[in-house]
Parts: sequence; structure tokens; C-alpha cells
Amino acid sequence: MGDYKFAKDKLAEVIGALKDYQVFAPTAVGDVVRFKEVEDASAIKLDYANSNVPPKELMFPETETLFKYRVGGADIESAVTEPKPRLVFGIRPCDALAYTIVDKLYNWDFPDPYYQERRDGSVLFGMACAEPAANCFCTSMGGGPASEKGLDALMFDLGETVYVKTLTDKGDKAAKAMGLDAAGDAEKKAAEAVEKDALAKIKRSLDTEGIPEKLPSLYDHPFWEQFSDRCLSCGICTFLCPTCHCFDIQDEQEGFDGRRARMWDTCMFSEYTVHTSGHNPRPTRKERTRNRISHKYSYFPEKFDVIACVGCGRCINYCPVNIDILDILEKSKQAEVKEAKA
Amino acid sequence: MMDESNPYLPYIVRIEETWYETPVGDRAVKTFKVNFVDDKVWDTWKHRPGNCAMVGRLGVGESMFCISSSPTEEGYLRFSIMEAGKVTRALHELEAGEMMTVRGPLGNSFPMEEWEGKNIVSIGGGIGQAPLRPVINFVRANKEKYGDLKVLYGARTSDLHCFKGEFDEYREEGTACHLAIDVEEKDWPHFVGFVPDLLMKVAPTPENTIAVTCGPPILIKFVTQNLEKLGFTPEQIYTTLEERMKCGIGKCGRCNVGSLYVCKDGPVFSYATLKTIPEAFA
Repeated sequence: MGDYKFAKDKLAEVIGALKDYQVFAPTAVGDVVRFKEVEDASAIKLDYANSNVPPKELMFPETETLFKYRVGGADIESAVTEPKPRLVFGIRPCDALAYTIVDKLYNWDFPDPYYQERRDGSVLFGMACAEPAANCFCTSMGGGPASEKGLDALMFDLGETVYVKTLTDKGDKAAKAMGLDAAGDAEKKAAEAVEKDALAKIKRSLDTEGIPEKLPSLYDHPFWEQFSDRCLSCGICTFLCPTCHCFDIQDEQEGFDGRRARMWDTCMFSEYTVHTSGHNPRPTRKERTRNRISHKYSYFPEKFDVIACVGCGRCINYCPVNIDILDILEKSKQAEVKEAKA
Repeated sequence: MMDESNPYLPYIVRIEETWYETPVGDRAVKTFKVNFVDDKVWDTWKHRPGNCAMVGRLGVGESMFCISSSPTEEGYLRFSIMEAGKVTRALHELEAGEMMTVRGPLGNSFPMEEWEGKNIVSIGGGIGQAPLRPVINFVRANKEKYGDLKVLYGARTSDLHCFKGEFDEYREEGTACHLAIDVEEKDWPHFVGFVPDLLMKVAPTPENTIAVTCGPPILIKFVTQNLEKLGFTPEQIYTTLEERMKCGIGKCGRCNVGSLYVCKDGPVFSYATLKTIPEAFA
């Protein structure tokens, strides 16, 4: 694969050269940074720790139509479309790693055509982190500020220039389309220095050893309550989590035009699991908090061999009552397992 | 199998016949006998006793139900549905000739091949008989492959027994059919009491026998306890679980008990498996 570079003040030209792609990049929308289709390259925002909203919305949007129908009719029209090739510019390594985790779920047994079309049709140009945020712990979760996992190219912001290292054929093809200059040892060395600096700035960590095996034994343990008691059930930890993938399915109608759509849902809401009878297997925040943590750190790895967390820190950063997943996991390691009830 | 390129697209089915299993009103159980509008679906459709399907109405939504007919009943599918919420109310409005949607078959099934050569005891309560009916009918249609079949079934009142017309057929074929109601009724010739007590009275022997049970959680709890008292091992006891579901294909997240998705890894579980998952009884 290749080593390329471009001058930062040429960003608009580089993006503009990608005529065959629909380009998505981090954009400031009010106070929020999220991935938007690039209409004006000057709106691209690269000086941020990470987007507030993870780019999971590019692969499974907050709401999407599954199929359309005429009310009273018997014809169903699938809404799976083959989109124009997409290029995701400036995705953080943790969020690219998250795609590789969620892939396992969406490909499990019944491949999900809506998700898969978008995944297959996307080229991921990552941007290495130079300034990790206070709650980043990617290095504990198999990632890192310059992790290449899941990416087609990795970029390093070297100040005046951006160094681009392509990692796949798809990435190299896109880099060529951008019309980039060749990079040399100077850029590679500078990139190594950026990575080294960034690694030193990651202050939080977690030793995950033994956690997946231990969590199920804490099913009835009271330690969950010190976190769930102050939880507001707002769901922000799940909506902004790059690996949270749960959704609801609803029918909507306007006149005779009907559609079945799916939309993000969260295990932190009581309606999520309530039966028609009124019975709820997870009636309180304790059971729901336990499920969120256990699903990420025990159930998911049991099924798919990987913890469903990339250490992006969003659930810690945005929790309105300061619930800290690392604190929960550390406490889980300390919690004493009582003898199993007969 | 479902359209493999898009497991979210349902089949359209035409309702051939409907009838009420229990008195009309709140929580009534209505049976729908349906057939695919596109006859070609039968070329690839293959379900097993225990499989479920998402049954719905366009414009309202879909919910998960067990397929209450056995694959040995050819040319139609049956669903027996209790009116309980938004989707089931909308389904209950439908009559013969109208359309519903079916997405399936979904989930796992009872290991009928593994059970060949064994005696089968079916222990059901209320609408919990719906997933047991395909097991019973599969065994009845393959008598030579199985040992003795016993059917134990109860409901609060005799009115609330589902599939009432079929019990005499079982008996005529020599299948023991033990019925129960919770409270005394005039001229009721069978057992009065709860299903777990009926089980202790019938007291099937565990030798070379599989017990299959379904009903409200409290019934499953005491039936499994009593089966263990009778000497059944957890490996000999099977049941089905239900949870709220949306996708039915192990993606939307909500139906997990521990690391298992009821829609995909279930709904059929051995008691040996469930014993290792505390959330299975939540």
C-alpha cells in the first residue's frame, strides 16, 4: 500500500476530487460534531477529540425504512438500496474498530442487507488521535490512537500537512482519486511521534482479564445498585455508544402510504423488554444497568469472541449523573461472589 | 426458508378460516388457518415443531407467535393468538379472506429426531398449549418412531381449554389425555386442580421419557420442580421461553436471557440449559 500526503489548506481540493464518492466527514452542527455528507469542505471539522455522535449512524441510521407498502394492499417494496460508494473521512480508530464488532452481530446467521450494503460500499479514512480525551481508554480495548483495525487508510495530522497511509486496495484507490502527493520518511517519522505522544496522553485503563467470566456470577449482587440508583434511564450511554446496535421496529402511515421502519432503541428504557401482559423481566434500573454492562462485557464476547466496547469514553463523558463504566467494571472485579442460591 | 436476501420482508398470507378457541372477549384466543398468497413459498418453506414466526398486519406491526400447526399438517399454517395488545387486537379483527403477514420460520425447534424411540409427556397450561400442539401432532403422525404419548393439559375453566375438539381424537387413537380445570364445574369428569398437581397424580415414569412443558411462568416453575421430584433429570425436560421481540433474527437486542437470544437460540430450551442462566426465570 502507499504513503501519501496533502497540505491541509488543500483539503477542499482533495475532497472535491472524490467525484465518484459520497463523502462524509465530521461537521459542526451547532455545538455538536457529527458525520455529515460534505457539501462544503470548509465545514469539515478536524480539531476535535471525537465526534459527539458516533459515525455508527452512517451504517445504521437513527431511523431507516425497511420497506414500503400501500395500506390495504399486498405488495411490499423493499427499501434496500445500493448507495453510491461512500468515503468516511476522518473517522477515529475507535469508531472504525466498533464497526468490526457490530459487523459480527449484523452478519450473524441472517445477514442484515441494509447494514451490509452500506458497510460494503464504504471506504474508511481514519484520522489518528493526537489529543485523546480525558476518558479515552482505547488501548485497553484492543485499539489505540493510531489503530489501523477496520480502516482502509489512516491519516495523521502533522500540522501543516496530513500524512495518509493506505491500508487496503479500496483505500489506495481512493487516495489516488484524491490526487495526493507521495510521502516519505519525514512524514512517517512525524506520524510515529504523533502516535507516541498520543499514547502518553491516555490516562485511563482497564484490565479486562476475567471480567466476561465473572459478570454472570454477579447477577443478584447488590453492587449494581450504587450505579443504577442514580441512573436516570435517559439512555444517552447507549444512543452515543458506537457498538450499541439495538433497535425498535414500527409501522407508520401517511394517507395510504405505509412504511415499516426501524429506529435506535435502548435497553435502558423499561418499555424495551416489557411483555404485553405487563410483566417486565427487567423492571428496574438495576436489571437494566446489569444488562447493559453484562451484554457488552460478557454476553457479547461469549457469543462473538469480542468485548462490545472500544473505550471511546462517550458513555462516561455524556452521562448526566457521572456513571462511569470503568468504575462499574473495577467494582465488579472487587465484588465478592456469594455462594449460589440453592 | 425466508427470503434470504432480506429477512425483514414478510410473506403475505390469506386467512382461510378462523375460529375462537375460548369465549369471545378480553384475552380470547382465536385460531387463524392461513395459506401463502404465492403458492411457490411452499417449495422452500420448512418449519419444525417449536419454530415461531412474526405474524402481523401491515400498518400495525408484527409480533412473535409459535406456529401451532405441525409440519405434518400440510398445505396450511395455524396460529392461535390471544388478544392482549395492539397487534393482537388488530389481528383479531381479521376474518377469512383477509390478508396477514408471516415472517419465518424463526428460532430453533424441538429436537424431534433426538427424541425418536422415547416416550413423550406434554404438560401444558392455557395458551401454553399452542407450542405443544405441533409436538403432539408430529408424534401422532409418526407413531412408529416414538414410544408412548401422554397429554396433560389444564386451564382455569373448561371454557378456556384451547383445541378442545382434538382431545377426543387423541383418546380414540389411544393417547392418554388428562385434562384439568382450576375450580370445580358441574359435570366435569376430569381432574380439578392445578397442572403441577395433575402431573403428580398421573406420575409419568422418567425412564426413556422426555417431558415438554409450556404455560405461564408459575406453571413452568412448579411443573419442572415436580418433574424433578418424579425423577426426571434437567436434560429430560424441555420448555419454550418468550420475551418481547422485534426483529426475530437476533439483531434488535431485547429478547436476550443472559447471552442467549430467545428469538434465535430459542424459543426451545432444555431445563439443563436454563438452569445455568438466572435471567431465564426473570
